[in-house]
Amino acid sequence: MKLKKSTVNNLISFGIVIIAFIICQTMISTGVMKRSLRGQMIPICVYIVMAVSLNLVVGISGELSLGHAGFMSIGVFSGIIASAWLKGALGLENELIRLILSMIVGGAFAGVFGALIGIPVLRLRGDYLAIVTLAFGEIIRNVLNCLYFSLDGRHLHVSFNNPSIPGTILVNGPNGAKDVDKIATFPVGFVLILFTLFVVLNLINSRSGRAIMAARDNRIAAEAMGINVTKYKMMAFVTAAVLAGMAGALYGMSMATVTAAKFKFDTSILVLVFVVLGGIGNIWGSIIAAALLTVLPELLRAFADYRMLIYAIVLILVMLITNNPTMRALFTKLVPRRGAGQKGGEAL
Amino acid sequence: MSETTRRRQNTKMVPAPSHGIIPERDLYSSPVLEARHLGIEFGGLKAVEDFNLIIGRTEIAGLIGPNGAGKTTVFNLLTKVYQPTMGSVMLNGHDLNGLNTVQANKLGIARTFQNIRLFDNMTVEDNVRIGLHNQIKYGMFTGICRLPGYWKGEKQQHEKALELLSIFDMQDLAKVRAGSLPYGAQRRLEIVRALATNPSLLLLDEPAAGMNPHETEELMNNIAKIRDQFQIAIMLIEHDMNLVMGVCEGICVLNYGRIIAKGTPDEIQSNPTVIEAYLGKKKEG
Repeated sequence: MKLKKSTVNNLISFGIVIIAFIICQTMISTGVMKRSLRGQMIPICVYIVMAVSLNLVVGISGELSLGHAGFMSIGVFSGIIASAWLKGALGLENELIRLILSMIVGGAFAGVFGALIGIPVLRLRGDYLAIVTLAFGEIIRNVLNCLYFSLDGRHLHVSFNNPSIPGTILVNGPNGAKDVDKIATFPVGFVLILFTLFVVLNLINSRSGRAIMAARDNRIAAEAMGINVTKYKMMAFVTAAVLAGMAGALYGMSMATVTAAKFKFDTSILVLVFVVLGGIGNIWGSIIAAALLTVLPELLRAFADYRMLIYAIVLILVMLITNNPTMRALFTKLVPRRGAGQKGGEAL
Repeated sequence: MSETTRRRQNTKMVPAPSHGIIPERDLYSSPVLEARHLGIEFGGLKAVEDFNLIIGRTEIAGLIGPNGAGKTTVFNLLTKVYQPTMGSVMLNGHDLNGLNTVQANKLGIARTFQNIRLFDNMTVEDNVRIGLHNQIKYGMFTGICRLPGYWKGEKQQHEKALELLSIFDMQDLAKVRAGSLPYGAQRRLEIVRALATNPSLLLLDEPAAGMNPHETEELMNNIAKIRDQFQIAIMLIEHDMNLVMGVCEGICVLNYGRIIAKGTPDEIQSNPTVIEAYLGKKKEG
């Protein structure tokens, strides 16, 4: 039965991620892992979640979104503010609870903005949708550049383009958030990956997921079957935004300083590169691509000036290899085929 | 157009059923579909004009005409893929004016496509399950959290999908990728998928295209069987005259976007206007 097969596939995915986590954790605790690489563990988790969630939009729902970093930045700043407020105003000291609550807040804010942006954006199709998401990503970044947040006792102050607000500054406009409580931990990042996989894989293998893929494969036929295409595209878009917001909150609290400028167009494209290299519509590929390509620049530090050159060459090689028929045949033998239509290639 | 001719055009196409006797059959009251003066213009070009048609419950109707006559446009108007510029459509007593394709489908109109539009990368079963989308429901949250409603819904969808596939003996193909099916099977799958939406009117756009004579005959029997089993009305566009004349109870002939004849298969076959539309005018002398 298909149900069982997809469930088994999902369990295998979870198993592999858990094993990878255990290996990494052992390497960290035994000190085998280099310090520079250890610092990369949370960004890897963040980018895996970003890539998987973007794959939900690009691969599963078939809409090219170029503003995914925008949702991440909303998550970053709302998460940082939530964390500071929980500590300052409510006196919540427990870091783990504070981190999780901040991530939920980050996800919720990103989800709300995802819905607001999705309403106009999902009326468009193809290239136009890509252009408008790109614009919204930039709008989010530029608005965040002008926002100032401060905490005055129990009160949260917000101002637009006006740095003189009472209390301790949390987010200082273009200078971003400084002296952030670094409460993010690798295990929480790992749990976030599991959560993301749980949501995305279960969504794909459900009634809603089939409707999303039907709308991608043939919009006219899907509508003729009574599927409200906009509703399901929105579902994928908002779910991805929520996950990106949660990843952003985690990311924000793993850095001492974050500025909105970090989440420009490049970051959106970087995540898109993970998705494309991992295979559009292939969740498993996104995970591997995100993990490898986040570590790669760090590993290539030895090559100093030639770092980006080699990075580009590696990208091209990966593309050539993954498109090679022999390698593909080998790969499909090794990795069980997922129900999530690996042939979502026509999406782009 | 005089009032009498208009009334005649709006009347039931067929005086009596030619196939079997169905007790529930209701010939004159509450038709499934009523199209009145339906028409659409594309930038001044009248693709369909003054299209009047009534289809009774459990009636099998045919829509024929030369290439480019506007047959598929009529289907697109009825399913609201195009918004008509003139006239109205009533489906089961509901005015379809201002509704979209999704809402029209929910009110009970389902269709297949001339150029097959299956979800090629999904399995045969999943294609049918998409047809069942509004029939067996559970929410997104239930699906993600795998609540009991999910397992129940999936089980019902699975069983219903296999039951529907068994109409065409396709239950063994449930796990096959839809795109890899042979052409005839793809056409049949499209019919099953449309049936899954629980329609009261099924529109078939060239269901026999690409089928061999044996398959066509089987399809003819199946169309009649579907009507009897599901108690629905079926309207089909077809160029295969054996199928049209064999299965349709009423036929409507379209040429240059206008209805040129309506009637039973026998009437249509001997109608001089229809013969002229298909074969051209006989030279005088």
